[in-house]
Amino acid sequence: MSAMDAVQFSPNPSHTFPVGAVMVVGGGIAGMQAALDLADQGFKVYLVEQKSAIGGHMAQLDKTFPTNDCAMCSISPRLVEVGRHLNIEVLTDTEVLDVSGEAGDFSVRLLRKPRYVDVQKCVGCGDCAQVCPVSIPDPYEEGLKQRKAIYRLYSQAVPAAFAIEKRGVAPCRDACPAGQRAQGYISLIAQGRYREALRVIKEDNPFPSVCGRTCHHPCEGSCTRALVDQPVSIMALKRFVVDYALAYGREKVDPAARTRPEWVAVVGAGPAGLTAAHDLVRMGYGVTVYEALPVPGGMMRVGIPAHRLPKGVLQQDIDDILALGVILKTNTPIKDPTALLKQGYHAVCLATGIASSDHSLGLEGEDAQGVISAATFLRKVNLGDVVHIGDRVAVIGGGITALDAAAVARRLGASEVHLVLDRPRGELPAYSWEVAAVEAEGIHIREGMTAVRILAEAGKVVGVELAKTGKGMTTDIRGHRRPVIIPGSEFRLDADTVIATVGQFSDLDFLDAPYRELTADPKTLASQIPGIFVVGGRKTGAAFIVDAIALGHRVARSIHRYLQGEPLEPPAAHAFPVAKISRQELAEKVKGGELQLRPRVEPTLLPMQERVTSFREVVLGLTEHQARAEASRCLQCGVCSECLACVYACGTGAIDHEMVAQEETRRVGAIILAPGYQAYRAELSEEYGYGRYPNVVTALQFERLLSASGPSMGRVLRPSDGKTPQRIAFLQCVGSRDQSHDYCSAVCCMYATKEAIIAKEHHPELDIQVFLMDLRAFSKGYWAYAERARQQYGVQYRRCRVSALRQDPLSQDLILEYQDEQGERHKEVFNLVVLSVGMEVSEPVRQLGRRLGIELDEYGFCHTVQFNPVETSRPGIYAVGPFREPKDIPESVVEASGAAAAAAARLSAARFSLTTTRQFPPERDVRGEPPRLGVFVCHCGSNIAGFVDVPAVTEYAASLPNVVHAESNLYTCSQDSIQHITEVIRERGLNRVVVASCSPLTHAPLFQDSLRAAGLNPYLFEMANIRNHCSWVHSDDCPAATRKAQELVRMAVARATLLQPQATVQVSIQRAALVVGGGPAGITAALSLADAGFSVSLIEKEPQLGGNLRQIFVPLPEGASQPQELLRHLVVRVRSHERITLHLGAQVLRTSGFRGNFSTTIQLADGQQIEIAHGVAILATGAQEYRGNEYGYRSHPDILTQSEFEGLLSSSTGEQLPQRVAMILCVGPAERFCSRICCTVALKNALALKQRKPEAEIVVLYRDLRAYGFKERLYTQARSLGVTFIRYHPEQPPVVETQGDGLTVRAWDASLKRAFELRPQLLVLSMPAVPSPETRHLAALFKVPVDADGFFQEAHVKLRPVDFATDGVFMAGSAHYPKLLDETMAQAQAAAARAARLLSRDTLPAGGRVAVVEAERCTGCLTCVRICPFNVPRISAELTGAGGILGAAYIEPSVCQGCGQCAAECPAKAIQLMHYTDAQLQAMVRALVRSGLEFIPVHRLSSGG
Amino acid sequence: MAEQNLQIVAYACEHCAYAAADLAGALRMQYPPEIKIVLLPCTGKLDVLLALQALEDGVDGVMVAGCLPGDCHYQDGNVNARRRVEHLQQILQQIGLQPQRVQMFNMSSAMAGQFVAAATQMAEQILALGHNPLRDLPPERNL
Repeated sequence: MSAMDAVQFSPNPSHTFPVGAVMVVGGGIAGMQAALDLADQGFKVYLVEQKSAIGGHMAQLDKTFPTNDCAMCSISPRLVEVGRHLNIEVLTDTEVLDVSGEAGDFSVRLLRKPRYVDVQKCVGCGDCAQVCPVSIPDPYEEGLKQRKAIYRLYSQAVPAAFAIEKRGVAPCRDACPAGQRAQGYISLIAQGRYREALRVIKEDNPFPSVCGRTCHHPCEGSCTRALVDQPVSIMALKRFVVDYALAYGREKVDPAARTRPEWVAVVGAGPAGLTAAHDLVRMGYGVTVYEALPVPGGMMRVGIPAHRLPKGVLQQDIDDILALGVILKTNTPIKDPTALLKQGYHAVCLATGIASSDHSLGLEGEDAQGVISAATFLRKVNLGDVVHIGDRVAVIGGGITALDAAAVARRLGASEVHLVLDRPRGELPAYSWEVAAVEAEGIHIREGMTAVRILAEAGKVVGVELAKTGKGMTTDIRGHRRPVIIPGSEFRLDADTVIATVGQFSDLDFLDAPYRELTADPKTLASQIPGIFVVGGRKTGAAFIVDAIALGHRVARSIHRYLQGEPLEPPAAHAFPVAKISRQELAEKVKGGELQLRPRVEPTLLPMQERVTSFREVVLGLTEHQARAEASRCLQCGVCSECLACVYACGTGAIDHEMVAQEETRRVGAIILAPGYQAYRAELSEEYGYGRYPNVVTALQFERLLSASGPSMGRVLRPSDGKTPQRIAFLQCVGSRDQSHDYCSAVCCMYATKEAIIAKEHHPELDIQVFLMDLRAFSKGYWAYAERARQQYGVQYRRCRVSALRQDPLSQDLILEYQDEQGERHKEVFNLVVLSVGMEVSEPVRQLGRRLGIELDEYGFCHTVQFNPVETSRPGIYAVGPFREPKDIPESVVEASGAAAAAAARLSAARFSLTTTRQFPPERDVRGEPPRLGVFVCHCGSNIAGFVDVPAVTEYAASLPNVVHAESNLYTCSQDSIQHITEVIRERGLNRVVVASCSPLTHAPLFQDSLRAAGLNPYLFEMANIRNHCSWVHSDDCPAATRKAQELVRMAVARATLLQPQATVQVSIQRAALVVGGGPAGITAALSLADAGFSVSLIEKEPQLGGNLRQIFVPLPEGASQPQELLRHLVVRVRSHERITLHLGAQVLRTSGFRGNFSTTIQLADGQQIEIAHGVAILATGAQEYRGNEYGYRSHPDILTQSEFEGLLSSSTGEQLPQRVAMILCVGPAERFCSRICCTVALKNALALKQRKPEAEIVVLYRDLRAYGFKERLYTQARSLGVTFIRYHPEQPPVVETQGDGLTVRAWDASLKRAFELRPQLLVLSMPAVPSPETRHLAALFKVPVDADGFFQEAHVKLRPVDFATDGVFMAGSAHYPKLLDETMAQAQAAAARAARLLSRDTLPAGGRVAVVEAERCTGCLTCVRICPFNVPRISAELTGAGGILGAAYIEPSVCQGCGQCAAECPAKAIQLMHYTDAQLQAMVRALVRSGLEFIPVHRLSSGG
Repeated sequence: MAEQNLQIVAYACEHCAYAAADLAGALRMQYPPEIKIVLLPCTGKLDVLLALQALEDGVDGVMVAGCLPGDCHYQDGNVNARRRVEHLQQILQQIGLQPQRVQMFNMSSAMAGQFVAAATQMAEQILALGHNPLRDLPPERNL
């Protein structure tokens, strides 16, 4: 836990119960709604989202049904609102681990996953993504497009900060001791970015030239590509980069900045010492390297022969290290390291590596002249010493050094070189190809032999006695471990020189005696003497160069900690998981054609004759073509390759690849779960071929294809060939209503209809067929929408399930087989098939539910408790949206508001206890001042500056009239620039500010806060959008872009000069609510508001409460409690609530006022009239059952409505109930609109009858059975209990005949295509719910609209489902649309939450961008009154208009929405829209047209503002 | 086109068209630089007089870009704007100025491509028409 957390969560002395904070889990549309409703009501909100941005599925949608509104238009302003809300903390990349505590005071443990980008620092400019070399399928585009490993979920995402996707550390990097990010440079090589590749290599490895040639490359050993064919030639690729750099001119290395005063001495200029020196000098220390030999490089120089590592190549690496500022002193052996400390060095690193003195061979005769150790031999040759070896050379040993020695002996001219191996070549610590290469050079390899003794004559070698090795080892008389020899196998090999490999050890014997026994702590590499560090001591020596490099890094970090006074022990490193791709996953990629088998490119070798005659390098590098081809074989295991290209590109230092996951705890009073759904994974339904047939797509993919901002810019192109299809089939109920899903996903019929309509709009010639069982168009406006699809757009709905789907292998068309309603079999060809996938609860969400201990059903959907449709089984935790039951956006939004109300009621005592308000200094009055403008021009990294000459624009801005300050910023929106603007305003006395950068839609509020912080009114601000509207869209014409940027700045300056401060006044409000309607909706809304602490007047026209609930007796099954019990419970609560004033038998007579201040007169039961002052009104006047005379209703006692039947069921005994019952659905007005609840009620009542009288025969005549969501289970249950369902065609409705006592129903079975006749004892008609007469009456009083069917019309179908366009008036219950009981209650809670947003404040702001009437010009013509969509303007008798006539228009600023339509329409030009005055707008145009400076308007105070 | 230095002012509503233009930028689409976007709360704020003054001041074209029909944030501001644009075109016809100098387009905020198409179309048409003849009149006429 970080220090900040500790501060935040230490016990708070003012801690009260409950906690005034709420956690909302899920940042989709429902989560955002709940967060906004709560934050606006005075609660701190933590909005937890597991992805890197909020927005959820809705952000992926093109349009929303049934209005075809653009989804992004709807959601985008809300995203910005959430992102900027002071009291909403958006926690992205976060998961809830667990919850402890109880309602009112929960502790939520969170896992904050690393984003690798600092959200505070990232300005979202996207420079990083431009340079990222890794592309992967874009999940937002449903895999139809590629995106980079560093990404923003979508253009409008909030937060706008980028994020990096990492699957883990790539196996190659994990395998490398030095942590070389191989995937990083490989990805850059694949793109031809070699210089950047070299830069990446050098991040981890200062010896790229060496390691590109002589590394033992464990990276290749763990390369995932080996599971496909062969590992990537990683070492060869590294060498290619170095060679390329050498060939095309390397970049000069600049000295590292000396930022620290300390000096470090490094003893030994081998790989470890030089790496340590390299790292330390880059950290800012002064470093001197002491080397005993005349040349630096250590074993790299003296141990490796030139034909494997050319000296120039090594020198190149060393030169780069020295160029950083490392001082090198050769020929300077050190014997006393403490002397260096005394001399003034603050630390000494002994990196002396392998000792230079030879150990004993342990062989008889080893002292003879002509016996030499391989290491010494190589050193001498490498240092240029003359070595006489004669013609015949025997090399004993099988390691790399022995191979090198043999090869060097050959090159020195020995005609006969024998390499004696004590084991078979396959068991050597060298690669077989290395052995083979040596053999190819003519060296004799003698396997399974060991030297027994050196044969010498006159002290000079003449040969060596060899013997065959047996199994096992033995210890000879000198104590050396030796292979067992086979007796009698000895023989003599003549030789002039015997070169033997001996074990090479690290030791410190070269030091003065007291220091020889220095040992290093294996973790810290610190010795017993403070300040002296040892690499290469007896225990810490390295076997391979790359190990030595790794040690060099380690010791440098250790020395750094020592010098900084930190604990030497490194902090426990976070274990990054290694990115693994399974064999199976790879096999699938190969099968799916995503991956092709391709062998690796092997480097070519020098021709043989050239090899043995020179020390020229044997292995030749890859060509550029080969390198790029080889690099493209990389599988990008880690996704992010950690190439750091983004780090270099980022101008704000926002990227941190070392971020790790952290746990945090937050205290909250309530939790709202809005985790949303996951689309059914269509590949699981193999019969539809998704994943195998390219032209079978999911509905979400199709949605992206339709989107104007999608992968095909809104053109419907099929994936296989990019051609526009002619025929498209939608297959419904994929992952719904099947064996594994017993529910209906509720949205698919409508989204398929929507997608069909949009597709037809884009391509009218398309033939679109929707294959479905029932068309579930059950909600407001849905049925009309589907009818429009059918009639206007020609979309065909076919009622059948497809029995088979095959692909034509040539055309990749899809062949569908199906049986139509008449039973005829068909086979049809479609070019594209769209699968309407259903909704599921994802496994992570199910696990979350389990961890939280809330009840879930077997599918993972969340159970909620009776009487509170959004509360889970754990008090204080609420669930909304498809997590409860599949549902559409409006219902999810309603539930989110409802949950907000429920949480607010529980926590009302803590309202405003944890929220903060932004404090700004008092505003300076600038009205008398001449304009002093400041212009800030943004580079936006390279986004603007890459195409627009920013200095020229800045200079130009400075030359404009009234501009007293102009400057450019790298990122004007970065934290420091924001503060800087405030400072400049103060210092330069600015009174207008122009920022020339990006879009005001996203950034204006940010900059306006800079103004407010400096005491300037936020309206004195203007933006010039020189990025989105200039540099980005004119990137192919830089001079034009610069010219346009200047023009845009000129226009902005012109307008800014005329800007005026706009006062926002606070209007006090009546903190009381009026609720009209005493049914379940009104009661619930009233209780919800009263519980939240507000006074409520509840008006009901009837003498008793309950509304339609009084007629509901049969509960919906599945453990529901009795409706009448619920009603009694509600009535008791209303009557006993201290904050509810109940008026029964009362009527609303008139109302006046506006949001926050209404006054409504009601007439009470006794005729008395009273006036109620209230700030909000909730209209919940309900609906009533239609009672027409269709189907003989009222003409026969045995024809009942469903409601009457329900009464009969509740009042009759089993014997009294009828035996044969027929039901007809969709009666009367329901032929024109779907009343939503009738199907469910019919099913409910049918089941109730079956329960009471199992032998009853029930026939249901229906058109479409709209058992949406879990109501499908009632349908299934009814069928399994023997209820008969017969579909009739709308054009052939049933006919009812009454003869005497008997009833006859004749109908035509649309499915079986036959007529039939029923003689039921009882006929039950599903009469739809229609609006109550009060609805229209109230609509007129409150000036709110109703729709064509007479229901209340909401402000926005999707996003404001309980608001009226008129502010402060809300709706609930069936007056909005017919609803089931739990839906009604959720909506009533939602209305309460929306109302509470207003009521929880003392005042409401008014003013700003509002229309203002200049009364003396007003003629009272009513034009504004007529055009205002919100009914705001009125003629006020108190005002005097033009010509002194009494009465002029008045526009109440607290309700004006600021669209300016009245101002544009006013014939007398008496109305101005503040902040968009005619003068300001005209000034912009004049500034545009007149390129001179005369355009800038003279500052006029009277110009209005 | 650049040689002519044509100027087209594009009034864009903040809910849809302006955002569509923002998105066009984010997607790095290209359109002629003659288009200069002016932000309005709603195209319903477009004033006939404002557009006429713009032409009188010398802009070569006036483009109006609002939400899709039925999608207006203020219910029917875009419908009112279209009505005014048609009225403007009539006025231009009457005074002998090409009515195509004023045009209305509708798009949602996701329809970056449509914005670019509209801007391109507008610019091409204005290019074909050439300079607004009123531009060369002396500025004093406005005083």
